[in-house]
Amino acid sequence: MTGGRIWALHLAVLVALLAAGLLLPGYHSTNLARILVLATFALGYNLAFGYTGLLSLGHAMFFAAGMYGAGLPAWHWGWEAGPALLTGAAAGGLLALLAGSLALRTAGVSFMIVTLMFAQAFALSLLYFSDWTGGDDGFAVPTTARLVFGHALSADVPRFLAAWGVFALGLVIALALVCSRFGRVMVALRENEERARMLGINPYRAKLQVLVISGIYSGVAGAAYALLFGYVGSSFASIQYSILPMLYVLLGGAGTVLGGVIGAAGIFYLTEWATALTSAWLFLVGLALVVLVLFLPKGVLGWVRAKLWRNLP
Amino acid sequence: MSLLRARGLQRHFGGIAAVDGVDFDLEKGEIHGLIGPNGAGKTTFVSLLSGRIAPQEGRITLEGEDITALPAHARVRRGLGYTFQITAIFPGLSVFDNVALAVQGGRGRGDLKALVARALAQVGLEALRDEEAGTLSYGHLRLLELAMGLALQPKVLILDEPTQGLAAGEIAGFIQLVRGLTPEVSVLLIEHNMAVVMELAQRITVLNFGRVLAQGSPAEIRANKAVQEAYLGA
Repeated sequence: MTGGRIWALHLAVLVALLAAGLLLPGYHSTNLARILVLATFALGYNLAFGYTGLLSLGHAMFFAAGMYGAGLPAWHWGWEAGPALLTGAAAGGLLALLAGSLALRTAGVSFMIVTLMFAQAFALSLLYFSDWTGGDDGFAVPTTARLVFGHALSADVPRFLAAWGVFALGLVIALALVCSRFGRVMVALRENEERARMLGINPYRAKLQVLVISGIYSGVAGAAYALLFGYVGSSFASIQYSILPMLYVLLGGAGTVLGGVIGAAGIFYLTEWATALTSAWLFLVGLALVVLVLFLPKGVLGWVRAKLWRNLP
Repeated sequence: MSLLRARGLQRHFGGIAAVDGVDFDLEKGEIHGLIGPNGAGKTTFVSLLSGRIAPQEGRITLEGEDITALPAHARVRRGLGYTFQITAIFPGLSVFDNVALAVQGGRGRGDLKALVARALAQVGLEALRDEEAGTLSYGHLRLLELAMGLALQPKVLILDEPTQGLAAGEIAGFIQLVRGLTPEVSVLLIEHNMAVVMELAQRITVLNFGRVLAQGSPAEIRANKAVQEAYLGA
């Protein structure tokens, strides 16, 4: 019964987001599209960090891998959005497999450092191969490539629908995953890895699986970002894009399925508000985060789960 | 051939020989007690058996298969179950989820809910199924730990100090429970409580300074001069 209520809640949120995107004026609907793509990134980060306890500082690499994995074939060979999205997803997953198979030999702080190093090396490689990647300037994804079934993704409504579709699919899969047997293993690894091992669970393999799934999510998000907003740049591979999904997840609630979208929306509008107010906007964002950690350490939905709805996944 | 066999197991930490050439056999269907004074090497020895620590010398076989090089989780999947001395459950998860994890990682195949229900019924925790494990009383935690061990459906169950901190009445229930596990499950019982060991074990191995000091029936061990001296420190 609680399973039914949980699914009803998540589907209702999806319907509400769809309605909001279609009813709001263009500017807000574009913002929402951006938020949903970033929330997809947060969904993937949350599976690794929130559910499995893998504190990665390298997710910018997976996001950028998806972005370039989709953008490069579109730019160089004129691929359309559909296949480009798939190569983006594959690029994110593949890099997660490669980096994870090495980084997961470490844990805790070492894991953070190793993932960070991989991501930095990746970001520098993008600059090094600038003939191919456009280097510092990046490149615009040609409009001819930003097509899905003949609809231009540069137009407001198709763009929003595509962003919503990607997020909705990601949300449904994430919810099914965390409610599954494997989801239970993920939480067990976060809570007490040694105990999980003595229950016959192979921690290395399970964590690598989670990281690959998380990498695919990040890759899809990066690919969608490139295709929907038309720009690919190496700044998306910088550490900032490893920190952002962490902030989304911490604000929305680590280890909650809907936390990512709440956090992405929160940080997005917080940044909007702060940049309009002052050039020292990072200061305001930082201050808000300090307040968050002090008064809402489990994030919005973490608080809801602690106080109101214990079984919220 | 014995079910679980160790030959020449050795593990030194720096200059300290925690386990120093131990031979050991666990026969199918028996309850085997492992005792020894503090620092005798009991915990290191079972860590070697379960794969939490790698031995420097020696071999371990389970049903004739050499498992010396296998990691701990692979040994669990082959039927070597282990319950923790200091209760190490997942406090944030429900009782059901704790046991379900053991079912998933163990040898049990079939309906998850039914297998969890069976393990909980064996220890009498059915009513607490949906409670958060961290809120249980100490006695219930020990039972949950045992239920998780049983849910693995092991061939060999290593119980590390299972009655520590239990009240007298709870210990009586525990003795009955463990006795009921055999002969399907063979039990290696590491225990400080002599009354429990003497009552449950068919055979006892005594460790001292990392070596086997004596091995035999409870009566033989009780009468053994060397064992008495080791315990009295004479």
